[in-house]
Amino acid sequence: MDIKTELTDGVTVLFVREDRLDANNSEELKVELHRLFESGTKDLIIDLKDVHFIDSSGLGVLVSGYKNASIKHGTLKLSNLQFQVKSLFELTRLHRVFDIFMTVDDALQSYK
Amino acid sequence: MKNDIDIDITIPSHTRHLRMISMLGEKVAQEIDCPEDIRETLPCQLAVVLTEGLVNAIKHASSNDPDNDIHVRINVSNKNLVVKIYDNGIGFDLESVPTPCFTSGGMEEKGRGIFILRSLMDTVKYTRSDGGNVLEMRKKLA
Repeated sequence: MDIKTELTDGVTVLFVREDRLDANNSEELKVELHRLFESGTKDLIIDLKDVHFIDSSGLGVLVSGYKNASIKHGTLKLSNLQFQVKSLFELTRLHRVFDIFMTVDDALQSYK
Repeated sequence: MKNDIDIDITIPSHTRHLRMISMLGEKVAQEIDCPEDIRETLPCQLAVVLTEGLVNAIKHASSNDPDNDIHVRINVSNKNLVVKIYDNGIGFDLESVPTPCFTSGGMEEKGRGIFILRSLMDTVKYTRSDGGNVLEMRKKLA
């Protein structure tokens, strides 16, 4: 899976550089999220700008990451949800659970 | 315009084929002549339905064994879209799959696939068929 992480003002931003987050690749993101939180990451933004398709497996991995963050007394926020991704978040009511921002900058600003 | 599309495809039971079938569904939906409100959302919906249906067949019905084949049929008429996904696994009881609990925050990691299928299609059935199983999903187009 093509992932890039950056650290900005103490907040880790993870860019998922794949057009799909589905049952074929979501486990790799789950492992990476687990690794980040185990290595001390507290606050994480996942940017989904490049992700144009998500399925229930992808949603499940984001939920898993959210729970991981909560256990570590940290946060997991999302940015740049594309049309199909946003639709599935709304269908499964997960838009009520996650803090979702239009851009990475907006998400970063929420930590200030 | 007359809708008369019948696609029959067999793939190995592996998640690496999800993209191909999903994109096929999207393209098929773009060719369907139907009311504007359905036409706008159908490509995305059919891509999701095919992905969720295939994942179900691969992970829960065929034990993710690539030696098993999964057979997919997409039929479009003027009135209906019918998707059938055949697997030769042990199957499961569709009626026993619970709806995700939204009131408790909906924080289960699994269990949204069947809910998504039921939300996007008009009917979803999973039955025994010729020694295997078939997941049959229907949506009215008119």
